[in-house]
Amino acid sequence: MKRKSHYPYWFMLPAISVFFVLFIVPTLASLYFSLTIWDPFEARFSGFENYVQFFSEPFLVRGVVNTVGFAIVTCVLKTILGLLLAVLLTSGVWGQGLLRSIVFFPVLVSTIGVGLLFQEMMHPTQGAINVALSWIGINGPGWLTNPSLALFSVALVDVWRGVGLATLIYIAGLATISPDYYEAARIDGATRLQQFWRVTVPLVWPATTTVVMLSLISGLRLFDLVWAMTRGGPGFSSDVLASVIYKQYQSGFWGLSTAGNVILFIMIAVIIAPLTYWFNKREVES
Amino acid sequence: MKRRQYVIGAVSFAVAFVIFVIPFIFVVINAMKSAAESARLDFRLPQKWQFWQNLTDVVQARDYMLLLAYFNSTVITVGAVTLLVIFGALVGYVLQRRPSRFSSFVYAFVLTGLMIPPAVVPTIWVLQEINLFKTLHGMILIQVAYGLGFTVLLYRAFIASIPRDLDEAAIVDGARPLQVFFRVILPLLEPVTVTVIVVQSIAIFNDFTHPLYYLPGRENVTVQLTLYNFQSQFVSQMNLLFMNILLVTIPPLIVFIFFNRQIVAGMTSGAVKG
Repeated sequence: MKRKSHYPYWFMLPAISVFFVLFIVPTLASLYFSLTIWDPFEARFSGFENYVQFFSEPFLVRGVVNTVGFAIVTCVLKTILGLLLAVLLTSGVWGQGLLRSIVFFPVLVSTIGVGLLFQEMMHPTQGAINVALSWIGINGPGWLTNPSLALFSVALVDVWRGVGLATLIYIAGLATISPDYYEAARIDGATRLQQFWRVTVPLVWPATTTVVMLSLISGLRLFDLVWAMTRGGPGFSSDVLASVIYKQYQSGFWGLSTAGNVILFIMIAVIIAPLTYWFNKREVES
Repeated sequence: MKRRQYVIGAVSFAVAFVIFVIPFIFVVINAMKSAAESARLDFRLPQKWQFWQNLTDVVQARDYMLLLAYFNSTVITVGAVTLLVIFGALVGYVLQRRPSRFSSFVYAFVLTGLMIPPAVVPTIWVLQEINLFKTLHGMILIQVAYGLGFTVLLYRAFIASIPRDLDEAAIVDGARPLQVFFRVILPLLEPVTVTVIVVQSIAIFNDFTHPLYYLPGRENVTVQLTLYNFQSQFVSQMNLLFMNILLVTIPPLIVFIFFNRQIVAGMTSGAVKG
């Protein structure tokens, strides 16, 4: 007779049933609903119509392209700035504990609060940023009113708010590097810059993997900051997939909205899977 | 060398101050001005300090909506975090103690939640079918589902560091599986439980997107939704908008001051595997 385990699987039942009903079921249902014309009253099967529309209507295509651009720009900036800040804040500079807290605090603040605050600071004529720029004779741009700049401004605010997390992860990564490596490099006559490229960058690679993955995923999924700062405007110039999904839902195009959701899943899978493979391979090699 | 450290430190402080601190000072100053003064959006100190008046105006706006919002947000946060701690610890415990194909499958399954964004409109459909749409308990369960992956990740890693001898000693003494978990294991999980509570509370309290979708209706407002709605109402009263931003910034600041260490532990977990 089989002995009963002291770790019964039914312990997981409450958690798994909530997760299954509220996360897995909707995710699977979305595959079907994305193929329908769906409104508050009925869902009618329509094949790939929604997807065709997503890749033919210019304003929807714009949302897809913006999402990728936004994720890449914020990911690159957070990774580079995060590593540099972490190196600075582990070098024993005066007051580094307080500096770490200052850089990290925005991560915990409400995104909507941050968005509204920067919306006022980026006001084209009165905003603090452009007033400060005018003191040194620069005519500041319309950060959020210029269609070709709006999304980039949102990206800068996202970096402001998220770089603290990247820094924190890098600080934890740097702490695992044994000082012996730097000692050896110094004896071999390596300069500070060589030590950074030859010792720090390769040995902090696992932290880089985490920072890149986290910031790419959160960049692709971002909704609240865009919604608080521009609502996708001016026009559709700063729309990302998540804001398109919300707008189509609000207008009653539930099928189209769900297709946007499925495109977002696929995009995350297509971008993240090969990256994970590449990062793990480099990790083994180095 | 020593002097260089001071110089670098001072320069870093100046830069960090301008980039990260000045925006918050801007909020504080403008939250204390009159409506006319704050409309200029500048850094001048208020000519007339009216902190209390702005505070009472914000709280009373729209028939004390902010108080209702704080109440709803607290109910959601406390409810969801409580369930997450118990559910997440149970899952992490079984997955870590009972390695099997089924366990690996469940673990992979739960972790998909960290990556895949939720399918919002189909979720609304499910919530409507089970009569949980537009309800606080529905919102609590949603937050449990979305926070489960991260919670299980933290608990599973921590439980690996608790020796199995402890469970076995209790089993020999005749404890039943639930007693082993609640009497022996759960008390030992305190450090990671504090981390889960702090990190998830901040995430759930600050969540805007999901209440926007799943919790429409005036009686269901949360703190973040109120802040967003006040934006259109306070166009001519920037001082009240800034007061509102100040009010939502203070809770995380307090939590940060007291639980800095646990937050750092939670945010960096899983980051450094090697």
